[in-house]
Amino acid sequence: MNLATTLAAEPNEDLAHISNVLIYSAMAVYLLAFFAHMAEWLFGSRSKVARTAAALTAGKAEAAAPAVAARTKGATATLERPKVVTRSVTGARDVPDGPGAAAGDEKGDLYGRIAVSLTVLAFLLEFGGVLTRALSVQRAPWGNMYEFSITFSTVAVGVYLVLLALKKNIAWLGLPLVTTILLDLGLAVTVLYTSSDQLVPALHSYWLWIHVSTAIFCGAVFYVGFVATMLYLFRDSYETKLQNGGQPGRFATSVMERLPAAASLDKFSYRLNAAIFPLWTFTIIAGAIWAGDAWGRYWGWDPKEVWSFITWVAYAGYLHARATAGWKGRKAAYLALIAFACWLFNYYGVNIFVTGKHSYAGV
Amino acid sequence: MSKTEAHEQRDDLGAAGEQLSTAPREDAPNLPSLGVIGWLRWFWRQLTSMRVALILLLLLSLGAIPGSLIPQSNVDELKVQDFMDRHTTLGPLYDKLQLFDVYSSVWFSAIYILLFVSLIGCIVPRTWQFVGQLRGRPPGAPKKLTRLPAYTTWRTAAEPEQVHEAALALLGQRRFRAHTAAGSVAAEKGYLREAGNLIFHIALIVMLIAFAAGQLLKSEGGKLVMEGDGFSNTLSQYDDFKSGSLFDTDDLAPFHFRLDDFKGTYEKTGPNRGTPRTYRADVTYSEGADGPEKKKSIEVNEPLEVDGSKVYLIGHGYAPQVTVRDPEGKVVYEAAVPLLPIDQNGTATGAIKVLDGYRNKSGVKEQLGFNAFFVPTFAGEGKGQMFSQFPAPDFPVLALSAYHGSLGVDSGVPQNVYQLDTRKMKKFKDSRGELFKKRLLPGETMKLPNGAGSITFEKDLKEWATFQISQEPGSGWALAGALAAIAGLAGSLFIQRRRVWVRAVRGADGVTVVEMAGLGRSESAKLPEELSDLAAHLHEKAPSAPDRAPSAPDPEPDAHTASASDSEPAEVPAEGAEK
Ligand code: HEM
Repeated sequence: MNLATTLAAEPNEDLAHISNVLIYSAMAVYLLAFFAHMAEWLFGSRSKVARTAAALTAGKAEAAAPAVAARTKGATATLERPKVVTRSVTGARDVPDGPGAAAGDEKGDLYGRIAVSLTVLAFLLEFGGVLTRALSVQRAPWGNMYEFSITFSTVAVGVYLVLLALKKNIAWLGLPLVTTILLDLGLAVTVLYTSSDQLVPALHSYWLWIHVSTAIFCGAVFYVGFVATMLYLFRDSYETKLQNGGQPGRFATSVMERLPAAASLDKFSYRLNAAIFPLWTFTIIAGAIWAGDAWGRYWGWDPKEVWSFITWVAYAGYLHARATAGWKGRKAAYLALIAFACWLFNYYGVNIFVTGKHSYAGV
Repeated sequence: MSKTEAHEQRDDLGAAGEQLSTAPREDAPNLPSLGVIGWLRWFWRQLTSMRVALILLLLLSLGAIPGSLIPQSNVDELKVQDFMDRHTTLGPLYDKLQLFDVYSSVWFSAIYILLFVSLIGCIVPRTWQFVGQLRGRPPGAPKKLTRLPAYTTWRTAAEPEQVHEAALALLGQRRFRAHTAAGSVAAEKGYLREAGNLIFHIALIVMLIAFAAGQLLKSEGGKLVMEGDGFSNTLSQYDDFKSGSLFDTDDLAPFHFRLDDFKGTYEKTGPNRGTPRTYRADVTYSEGADGPEKKKSIEVNEPLEVDGSKVYLIGHGYAPQVTVRDPEGKVVYEAAVPLLPIDQNGTATGAIKVLDGYRNKSGVKEQLGFNAFFVPTFAGEGKGQMFSQFPAPDFPVLALSAYHGSLGVDSGVPQNVYQLDTRKMKKFKDSRGELFKKRLLPGETMKLPNGAGSITFEKDLKEWATFQISQEPGSGWALAGALAAIAGLAGSLFIQRRRVWVRAVRGADGVTVVEMAGLGRSESAKLPEELSDLAAHLHEKAPSAPDRAPSAPDPEPDAHTASASDSEPAEVPAEGAEK
């Protein structure tokens, strides 16, 4: 008998029950947030913003003759900062960011605020759900796929809310994020649900806290980066079409005009992916150290290890692509999508379709 | 093929834009015309280009995939065998393609060796280039500062030299490397980015070498040890042993340990009754041939580390102590027999083999064999077999069935010690002619039919533990490489390398015009903010001069736009700047 498959903790049924109730409540509130976001987008569509086309043509005219005059002050030389003028690197499109889902529409804006408030509430509920689950089993709530899924979505929403609180321009993420969080939770409570007990014993280690928490955090950030990459691809085709004199449909225009410029989205996703890459590297190394303690070898080409490695190499490829001629922009973005697909397969696919040492109680 | 941004900047800015990174230039892949040497050089240039590095990286991840989906012989030999049996056409094909040994296959090795040759070929020149950049000075200002990504200007009453001096001091204070060249101040900061990047790539090489060395020199073996028994780290003592191709048995560290006690505790009540709480093997070990004895407890995640080897606790089980007597009552066999667990509750099976010393009633030499079935806590019958309801030995029962004849051990085929080969054995029969079997409680004896002897299940129930003993040289290096890689990566990804120029020139009207500009890599977000901050400080030293035409309408800053995005500077900061 392999010892590593048998240690377990005793669950507290009441807390486990409370956890379930909280998760379901969180889902209900996310659903409301989803509707509020829809309303935000709907009302926002009333305003007619179409700055992109203008910017694209204007940009061409002015690029030929950049007129930069010296900035002067009035007779009283105030100590105001000299203004910095910026200029995109050659070749990049100079397009302003869209105004966001509400597009300045008052009602839309109101619904947007409601949506964010609801998201905060749902986040708190879900966080409570994860916490009570953890308390019910008296261990880190990362013993099976159900627990991963609820923790993962909590962290993803947390990342989004922190970025919002830091006043980053990411309100556009609201709708796609809430939608997928609902899908993730739906999947978690139906297909992946495992009642709280049995912990795989090799998991009895402080490395569980280190390795799994960073893995989940990386996943959440990769996920946000992935959404940004997808939107970048849409927005980029839209801009390209405009630049080539095309006429995108009304729906596309309405949605795309409100998103940030392709260049901003691209940069945003790059920054997330790049910032989290060292942590992902650390996650894999921490896993290797743990494997060294639990299984007697730090690297054994177990499917989960293989796919972590593949994901790592794919993201390294993406980072390389950004520095390589001919691979910037869309091609690099496709690589980012592939890398995220690898991550997703590692997360769901390997647990479900492949057997290895990383199999947990009840999926 | 489109040019890189860096190229465009270089074209645009001349020397100023050069060498902001040490990334190799992308050459269009023109075919060489210069004979063998030309071809070799071309090949080398290709191999060490970023494009090929990228392709090799993608190939590496693609190549790793089959190993996760097809059983691997270094992970599970049995599964490979099973796969071969089930897929008679695919199996041999996979075997030819080395798909059962992906990570040591020729093609996978080729990918990573090429990648690492490329890596070395890339690092060496980049390191030299970087050293050159460190020894040199930041390049002078380009002619047209207005073309740089971040730019600002104002007019001041200060003298140009004063402005330059102030700028030099300010930039120096901010830890820029700054100098005055050709009527302007040139400064650069963030060299650690490049250093980090080089460290990261070098660390990758260190990790690979450490990993390869580990694979070649490692050894790993398993051993079942009974309570009270010991183990010396020599090849002959192992139950099974695997090692890398450069491993030498002399490399086995000479240590010794004895299993004093194995303890398993289990949840006694509640829905998880029976789930293990702790597993602990208390051992006494000594380092070297005759080092002092030390005590240690080995647990699941806590191996014993001794002499560069690690001893892991892998499994445990029970070993009922039995005594076998011949028809005369003479003890012919006395041992604790390890049985293999088959479920979570400690149910175990195995075989008791009496190889010699036994003579039957007619005085003929025979061998005895017993199939053993053991439960630590008897719970009655289930599907015709008794079963266990709890893994601790609260109510142990041993069921035995008896055979005699030849165990077949001398046939030359290695035998499984846990299984009885009954092909050359005869059943002992009970009164109904069925296989003779009996359930025993500790202390009970089973008498074989017709006075053929007896077997006793002694009260002293022993436990055993299995250990894996591994030696993996180079893991320290791998870890050091890994940590250096993370540090390098962080430097490489979080530090921005950027240049700032300050030029002050006396204008036609005698008033000094100050221009400041910054250049970073495409992703540098903070550049305009930093430039603005520097400008504000410099502006304090060289404040704006009174307007030369005070009658002119108040010149709103927005009047001077370099591009469309600047029409709303407050809303749209610089390329990539965050609000
Ligand atoms: C084992 C294979 C490799 C891995 C995992 C890897 C990984 C990475 C990563 C993650 C970065 C991003 C750091 C940054 O953007 O500053 C990077 C940058 C870089 N790599 Fe690699 N690399 C590998 C092989 C190579 C090879 C073979 C070359 C040479 C051809 C190379 C040249 C570079 C260069 C020049 C950069 C800096 C790009 C820039 O300045 O933006 N790498 N590498």
